[in-house]
Amino acid sequence: MIAQAIRLTARKSRELLGIRLSYRTQRYVFIYLVLAFPLLYFLGTRLLPILYAFNVSVREWDLLSQEKPYVGFANFTALFEDEVFRKSIVNTLIYVAVGVPGQLAVGLAVALLLHNVRRFRGLFRTIYFIPYVTSAVAVSWVFRWILMRNGWLNETLLGLGLEPQLFLQSPRQAIYLVILTIIWQSIGFQMLVFLTGLEGVPRMYYDAAAIDGAGPWRRFRHVTLPLLNPVIVFSVVIGAISYLQTFGQVLSMTNGEPLNSTRTIVLHVYALAFQRFQMGSAAAATVILFVMILALTLLQFKLVRRKVEY
Amino acid sequence: MNQPLRQGKKLSLVLAAILAVLTACGGGNNGGSNASPSPSPSSSAAASPQASAKEEASPSASAEKVTIEYWQYEFPAKVELINELIQEFQTLHPHIAVKQTNFPYDQYSQKVATLVPAGKGPDIINLYYGWLPQYVASGYLQPLPEDAFPPAQIESDYYPLVSAAKLDGAYYAIPTAVRTLALFYNKDLFAKAQIAQPPATWEELVESAKKLTEKDAKGQFVIEGFAWEPGSQLHHWFRDGLLPQAGGQDLSEDRRKVLWDESPAGLEAFRYLLDFAITHKTGINGFYNDDSNAFKTGHAAINVDGSFRLGSFKKDAPDLNYGIAPLPAYKSQSAPASFWANAIPKNVQGAKLEAAKEFLKFLTSKEVQEKWVEKVGELPAQKAVGSQDKYAGDEKLGPFIKQLDYSKAHFFIDENQERSLIVNATNEVLLNNVPVEQAFKDLVAKTQKIYDDYWAKQDKK
Repeated sequence: MIAQAIRLTARKSRELLGIRLSYRTQRYVFIYLVLAFPLLYFLGTRLLPILYAFNVSVREWDLLSQEKPYVGFANFTALFEDEVFRKSIVNTLIYVAVGVPGQLAVGLAVALLLHNVRRFRGLFRTIYFIPYVTSAVAVSWVFRWILMRNGWLNETLLGLGLEPQLFLQSPRQAIYLVILTIIWQSIGFQMLVFLTGLEGVPRMYYDAAAIDGAGPWRRFRHVTLPLLNPVIVFSVVIGAISYLQTFGQVLSMTNGEPLNSTRTIVLHVYALAFQRFQMGSAAAATVILFVMILALTLLQFKLVRRKVEY
Repeated sequence: MNQPLRQGKKLSLVLAAILAVLTACGGGNNGGSNASPSPSPSSSAAASPQASAKEEASPSASAEKVTIEYWQYEFPAKVELINELIQEFQTLHPHIAVKQTNFPYDQYSQKVATLVPAGKGPDIINLYYGWLPQYVASGYLQPLPEDAFPPAQIESDYYPLVSAAKLDGAYYAIPTAVRTLALFYNKDLFAKAQIAQPPATWEELVESAKKLTEKDAKGQFVIEGFAWEPGSQLHHWFRDGLLPQAGGQDLSEDRRKVLWDESPAGLEAFRYLLDFAITHKTGINGFYNDDSNAFKTGHAAINVDGSFRLGSFKKDAPDLNYGIAPLPAYKSQSAPASFWANAIPKNVQGAKLEAAKEFLKFLTSKEVQEKWVEKVGELPAQKAVGSQDKYAGDEKLGPFIKQLDYSKAHFFIDENQERSLIVNATNEVLLNNVPVEQAFKDLVAKTQKIYDDYWAKQDKK
C-alpha cells in the first residue's frame, strides 16, 4: 500500500513553461530561485564593482573629468617604479609575517589559560573581548597617546633608569608598535576562536596521552596542536587576509610615517584615490593587492592544511 | 500529498515574479544610488520654493525665479554666517534663491570629487586654493566672468597673495577672507624668562627659544622654547616664510621649476628650520602630540600658527595668556598665507550663471568681508577693508593683517605630497643622520618631480 503511494507521488510531474518536470526538478527550480536573491545581490554589490575596478585600473581617471582614456598597463608599471609603493608592499608583508603568528600565539595562550579557568569564566572572556568591539580609531589614538614622546610609557622607562624611546617617531620601531596595537585589539576574537577549537578536543586523548607518560608540553604538541589544525588554518587564512588590508590603525597612529615605514598598500591606495585623485593608479594598486591576497591564500591552503590523524 | 506541492509551485512562481520586478528596478538605479549625497541639516534656513530654472539667453534679470546652490565645508561659524548672508541676499535680489550644502572638512574634497562626476554639482563652490590646479586641470571650473571680476581690479583691490588663484592668465576663484601665519607666544612664560618683546629676527627667535626651553633632570622637555612640528605649519613657513626671507625664490614665473636650490638661500633656510630640533634643541616633533596642542596646554612658549587657530583657542584655552607677533624677519619680510575661495563650475550657464555672479559679488563686498572678520575670525581679502584701524589695530588680528602686504601663497600641485616630502626630509636628517645638504638635494629633486609630472599631463592636453 505504502509502496504504491510512494510510487504514485514519485511519478507525479508538473509543468513549468510547457515543459514537463519531475518532482525533483521542480524542487530544484524552487531552491535555485530562492538562492537567486542573495546571489544577485552579491553579484551587484560585490562582483560588479570588482570588475569595474579592473576596468578603471587600465585607464587614467582623475575622478573629476568625464573621460577615462585607456592606457594599458601604464598604471601598473608606474606603481612598480614608485619606491613608496614598493616600500608599502614590503611593509604589508611585514604586517602579515609578524602580525599573524603574533596574533595566533597570543590568542592561543589566552585561550589555553581561559580554558582551564573554572570560576568567573564569563567575566574573563568579556574582559578579553572588549578590545575587539572597541572602535579601532579610539584604540589607535589611546596607544598613540601612551607612546607619545613624553607619554606614559616613556616616563615609566625613565623611572626605571632606561633610555626613552622614539616609539612612533622611529622608522624602525613604529611598524611593530602598530602591529602590537592590532594584535591587542584582536586578542578577543582569536581567543574565542581557539576556545571553541579547544572545546572540540575530546578529553580522552589527553587522558590517553597522560597514561602513556606524556608531560604537558608533549600533550600540547602532539594532541592539542594537531587537533586544532582546522582552527589554526582558518585563523591563519582570515588573519592574513585581514593584515594584508591593514588601514585604520595605521592611518590613526602614524599615517604611514615616519619615512613611509608603516605605510601599507591600502593606505597608499587611499592616498592615490582621495588625496591625489589618481583613480586609475589606485585601482591598479587594488588589483595588485587582490592578486597578492589570492596567491597567499592559495599558498596557505596548500601548506598549512594537513590531514588530521587521530 | 498534492497540496504542499501545488503550494510550492505557486510560491515559486510568485518569487520568480518578484525577482523579475526587482531585477528590472535594480538595473535602472545603479547610476544614481551610489552617488546620493547626505547633506548635513544646515540648509534649513535657506529653504525656498523650488522653481524650475529656465535657461535664458538674455542675461538681464528676468522675473523668473532662479535657484542656485552653494557648497561649503562644515565650519559652524561659516555655515551660520552664510545662512544669514543668504537671507540678506535674497531680500536684495528677490528673484534669486540660494541653497547651502555642507560637508565635513575631512571628506570635503572627496565628496566634491565623487558628486560632481555624478552630475550633482553646485553653482558656486568654496574651495581651498591649493586644490585649484587639480580642479582646473580636470576641466571642472570656468574662469570668473571678466565683466563682474576684471583681473586688473582684482590685482589692485586684493592682497597680492590672491594671485595664487590665477591660472593660465585668468582668475578661477575669489576669496572673501584669507589667513596668514604668525608667531604665537605665551606671555606668562615670556615674563617668567624675563623677555620683554617677542622676537623680531631670526637670531632673536633662536635666543628667545633657548632661554624659554625648560628640561627636567633627565633631559626631557618640560617646556619647548619653540614648538617644532614640520608637518603642521612649519613646512608652509619654510616655503613662503624662511625661503624668501633668506633671499631665495620658491617657483619660477611659469610655476614649472622649483628654485629652492638656485641659491644658497634654500639650504640656509632649511638648515635654520632643522637647527631648532638638532642644534639648539628647543623643541621636537611629537611632543604633546603636536605643536598647537603643546602651545594650548602651556608646554610650548612660541609657535608658528595661523589666524584660523584663534577661534579654537577662545573655546579650548580661554585662560591662556598669549599674544601674536609678526613672523621674525631676516633679509626681508615674508609670511605664508592661504585662503578658501569661491569658484564657478564649468557647466553653470545662462540665468544660473548670472545669479551666481550676483551672489559672488555680494560675498566679496566690503560689508560681507567685515562681517566675516567679526563672526568667523578670518582676515579680509581686500586691502581697503584690512587696512582700517579697527582691524589693523586689533591686538590679535593686527599682527596677522600687517603681514598681508608681503604674504605669499605657494602654488600647490598636491599639498599632501609636498608636505610629506618636507617632513620626510627633516626625518631623514633627524632619525637617519643623513647630511642636511643631501636631504635638501633629494627634497628639491622629489618636489621637482611632482611639478614635472603635473605639467607633463597639462602639456599633453
